[in-house]
Amino acid sequence: MLSEAEFALVAREVRSRSGAVFSREVAGPAVIRLTPLARREGFATVNELIAAARIRPDGALWNSITEALAQSETRFFRDKSLYKTLRDDLLPAAIRKRGHERVRVLCAGCSTGQEPYSLAMLIEEMREDGLNPAIEIVGADFAEKLLDKARSGLYTQFEIQRGLPIRKLIGHFEKSGDLWRISDRLRAAVRFETHNLMKHPSGLGQFDVIILSHVLNVFAPETRAEIVNRLTDALTPDGVLMLGAGEVLPEQCDTLVQCEHIVRRASANRVAAVA
Amino acid sequence: MKRCLVVDDSRVIRKVARRILEDMRFEIEEAADGLEALQACRRQMPDAILLDWTMPVMSGIDFLRQLRQEPGGDKPTVVFCTTENDVEKIAEALKAGADEYMMKPFDGDILHSKFAEAGLV
Repeated sequence: MLSEAEFALVAREVRSRSGAVFSREVAGPAVIRLTPLARREGFATVNELIAAARIRPDGALWNSITEALAQSETRFFRDKSLYKTLRDDLLPAAIRKRGHERVRVLCAGCSTGQEPYSLAMLIEEMREDGLNPAIEIVGADFAEKLLDKARSGLYTQFEIQRGLPIRKLIGHFEKSGDLWRISDRLRAAVRFETHNLMKHPSGLGQFDVIILSHVLNVFAPETRAEIVNRLTDALTPDGVLMLGAGEVLPEQCDTLVQCEHIVRRASANRVAAVA
Repeated sequence: MKRCLVVDDSRVIRKVARRILEDMRFEIEEAADGLEALQACRRQMPDAILLDWTMPVMSGIDFLRQLRQEPGGDKPTVVFCTTENDVEKIAEALKAGADEYMMKPFDGDILHSKFAEAGLV
């Protein structure tokens, strides 16, 4: 168990690094998640790990603790309506506008990669339907540990069964021991980049679509608006941001308007209405 | 209320599945092998079938092939639930008429996801 002082310290350090709120409800499971890290670093307990992080000047242990506590809850094809909107409306519209240029899509806070790979499968199906969309998919997360897993394309039986229809499983995965490996073709279709949502996304370039699905809930309300406003700076003039099912645009996003999943700049919305 | 036939020779698995499926508002019937399941279907065709592969008397795959030949046997949505996890076995099940496929061990979340995928919830 974490003492009050340890809890406060971890909460402060995690928030300063990732922006995520470390609440008392997750403090219990957090000890379980930190135990392998403590063992790897040569400490007998999580309490010893925290004590060492406190005195180590370079902050490396706090970075590892923050990564170990990073939200990793994700699944293939979470929110079917989001993928339907992408396939039926957003991607065809973006492809028409871009002409011969590539459409760029960012999965922000992509965790272990299920979301960008689901998108890659969707695009593969569009190809099978005779379309030839040139789409670049970028998956971004701050946690290297999660990105390593995403890049490996290896998933457990539990992970591939959550949300992935069986025909897609046998069409896009192969067995690799006890795990399932996504096809090289789909792995090559996604580029994974390290990006912390607390920083400006200028290094990632401009995107036609940014998916920010079920990510904001780990942040404090005031941080959510900052993240959304920063991310929309990386949208092309008529680009859109997509939130997860049931998610609402944070307050203090005054230049943006939301319609179901889709968030647009208010100015782009006015232009669309006139057109 | 939709009816689901749970076919598995393990009483424990049937009990676990029953508990989860009742929470999903299914009316449950149970069968311990393929032959019992076929007889149950002939009495009343269920909306959904959760089906094990390896069972005594008649296996899940033999049951499924026969079911799809029966009058009205094309109607139930069949979700295989088995320890068989090779791609070849999955392909064989789909060819025999399975709608979805779930590998054991499973949990309520996966069962819900598979039934949702098959359009049952």
